[in-house]
Amino acid sequence: MSDHDKIYSTKFQDKIERNTLLMFVLTAIAVSVGGIVEIVPLFYLPNTAMSGGDGTYNGTSHKDLQGNAIHMDKIIWNPATSAHKTLDEWVPGDGVRPYKALELAGRSIYIREGCFLCHSQMIRPFRDEKDRYGHYSIAEESMYDHTYQWGSKRTGPDLARVGGKYSDEWHRKHLKYPRDVVPESVMPNYFFLDKPLVNVDTTIHTMNVMTKMPFNPVPRTIYTDAYLDSAKTELENKTEMDAVIAFLQSLGNHVKFEEGVNYRD
Amino acid sequence: MEATQATPVKYDMDVVRWFTIMAVVYAVVGTLVGVYVAAELAWPFLNFDIAELSFGRLRPLHTNAVIFAFGGCVLMATGFYMVQRTGQTKLWSNAMAWFTFWGWNLIIVLAVITLPLGLTSGKEYAELVWPIDIMIAVVWLSFGLNHIMTTAIRKTSHIYVSNWFTMGMIVMITYLHVVNSMAIPVSMTEAFSIYSGVQDAMIQWWWGHNAVGFYLTGGFLGIMYYFIPKQSGRPVFSYRLSVLHFWTLSFGYVWLGAHHLQYTALPDWTGSLGAAISLAMIIPSWGGAMNGMMTLSGAWDKLRTDYILRFLVTAMAFYAMSTFDGPVMSIKSVNALSHYTDWTVGHVHAGALGWMAMISFGAIYHMVKKLWNTEMYSERLVNVHFWVSLIGAVTYIVAMWVSGIMQGLMWRDYDEFGSLTYTFIESVSAMHPYYVMRTVGGAIFNLGTWIMLYNVVMTVRQASAVRGVNAVAAKA
Repeated sequence: MSDHDKIYSTKFQDKIERNTLLMFVLTAIAVSVGGIVEIVPLFYLPNTAMSGGDGTYNGTSHKDLQGNAIHMDKIIWNPATSAHKTLDEWVPGDGVRPYKALELAGRSIYIREGCFLCHSQMIRPFRDEKDRYGHYSIAEESMYDHTYQWGSKRTGPDLARVGGKYSDEWHRKHLKYPRDVVPESVMPNYFFLDKPLVNVDTTIHTMNVMTKMPFNPVPRTIYTDAYLDSAKTELENKTEMDAVIAFLQSLGNHVKFEEGVNYRD
Repeated sequence: MEATQATPVKYDMDVVRWFTIMAVVYAVVGTLVGVYVAAELAWPFLNFDIAELSFGRLRPLHTNAVIFAFGGCVLMATGFYMVQRTGQTKLWSNAMAWFTFWGWNLIIVLAVITLPLGLTSGKEYAELVWPIDIMIAVVWLSFGLNHIMTTAIRKTSHIYVSNWFTMGMIVMITYLHVVNSMAIPVSMTEAFSIYSGVQDAMIQWWWGHNAVGFYLTGGFLGIMYYFIPKQSGRPVFSYRLSVLHFWTLSFGYVWLGAHHLQYTALPDWTGSLGAAISLAMIIPSWGGAMNGMMTLSGAWDKLRTDYILRFLVTAMAFYAMSTFDGPVMSIKSVNALSHYTDWTVGHVHAGALGWMAMISFGAIYHMVKKLWNTEMYSERLVNVHFWVSLIGAVTYIVAMWVSGIMQGLMWRDYDEFGSLTYTFIESVSAMHPYYVMRTVGGAIFNLGTWIMLYNVVMTVRQASAVRGVNAVAAKA
């Protein structure tokens, strides 16, 4: 018996090692399982904020102290049932809504500048994070975030609920020269956002694309033709700085969180 | 082995030589950019009010340069080197290998241009914009097809273990890249992920962690299984352990991504599942690390004289350490402290500097000697490089561990009145000394790569000179 015919492990393993195609197929199967088990259910299980874009959600329900389900319309803004019918009428507490035109333009700049590398947008359910940043984040709050911005590092503070905490003027000063406002800050100066105007066409195009997403698209009942038309005027002569500030001010105040409700269940 | 054959196979090694040289160049560039961004966090004036130099734009350039430029060239050089030698055959297609070489380097050049311009997809470790993503898919498949077909036409009966790991990497990285990069473009340089929120986060970290698991670990374990036995002249310690190592790693690693999202809006079961499998992965990881180290049993004395072996074995020690550190961090109660802090950065660099880069350096020196059929220009400089790398890596990692744990503790600290003891900015200024220390550690590590570049260039020049003299002698 030559050395090459000797089997050192099992017959099956030996067979695999002699056959490239067999090894390829078995490897491909072995590496697929984990991803399928962990990812696929997130597209249909409850509490993953998956919507069909038509106001229906995948069985998500948050329960109050008495065990009664909270209606999803209280979590996610639904213009059909809300007192406020358009994006411009929407007020904080009405529920999660898509970004307005200027905010969406700001979000693109936020992504462009890599802000997510130092700022998270995901508050965890701990006492200190509640005291520092506010109520923990829930899945619905980032359901319209195509290319999510949860981040993985807090070189700077979390921004999930920064909206409304500081004035626009504070943000403008801070973004331009952070150390003028916070001397110990290590953030780069973003004064260069102050001059360039936002790209109107790209932003409108982005809004259209958001309505065409296969998962969690923005409903056309929200990004209506009328709204998209009015967006042009909203974006007119706005600087990139204006857009980023609008985006930051929109973060975290959509849902009115109630005491005694477990939003993580 | 190939040396004892009557008619030695003529291998296609030119493309391997070029991948090796580019790997050395990118090691210098990638770590240099890393030092710069580290310095920006210590001394923010270094952003110089230039958008293209700001931290948010340069940090992806650093990660892409070390992972895909340096790591990619190492993996492709060693991949093509090992698959030919272990199969005793030429490449399936030498022309396609050159296509891979030029394609991959073009992608790197495009990354260097686009990332500082702020063109990004906004997904960590997958920042390149969609047209480049498509190029990556094409070039990666050309590498994969060529490698797998070369495995198929091998002259040996069995597929060598290194090639299993490379095959696993090829399959998994293809899956990950294609699924994670799915996006709808709004322009040639901007696109938005088709997934959002929870689903996007999970898919992103399925990508993020398995780029680590199959590219930075699997691919480099292939290197370990070839280069440690070759350099030490000893057979792999345990064949059975390598079988176990491969299949458990291939099946198990895929599950780990969810541990990046503990306590987020991701459902708890997913994070817990990720953490449970993460803990279980200590067993195959340590089995593999032992397998690499014990290959030296009976030859430990070689560490005194063989500096290349020092790199390879130290890499195994770091592999064992970071595959312990990682599972510990995935435990929910530890993760509550470590997540969002520099501890993660320290963990990544324990793997990247200690394990991945060290085993690459060892493999590069080994290959340079074989590829140019010469001795190193200076063995002493190899030893200097080893110590410089080790000191740099340890300095970096210690700085980040300390700062990470300190951050975590400061953020959650309460005073006697029940209010938060520290403001966020106090935790930022407390990090300054560690950010300086990290920059110093990184700079020391970077110095080592310059030493390697010098040594490799001089070795190649010396080899070419010798070849030139021989050619003249032959003519005369």
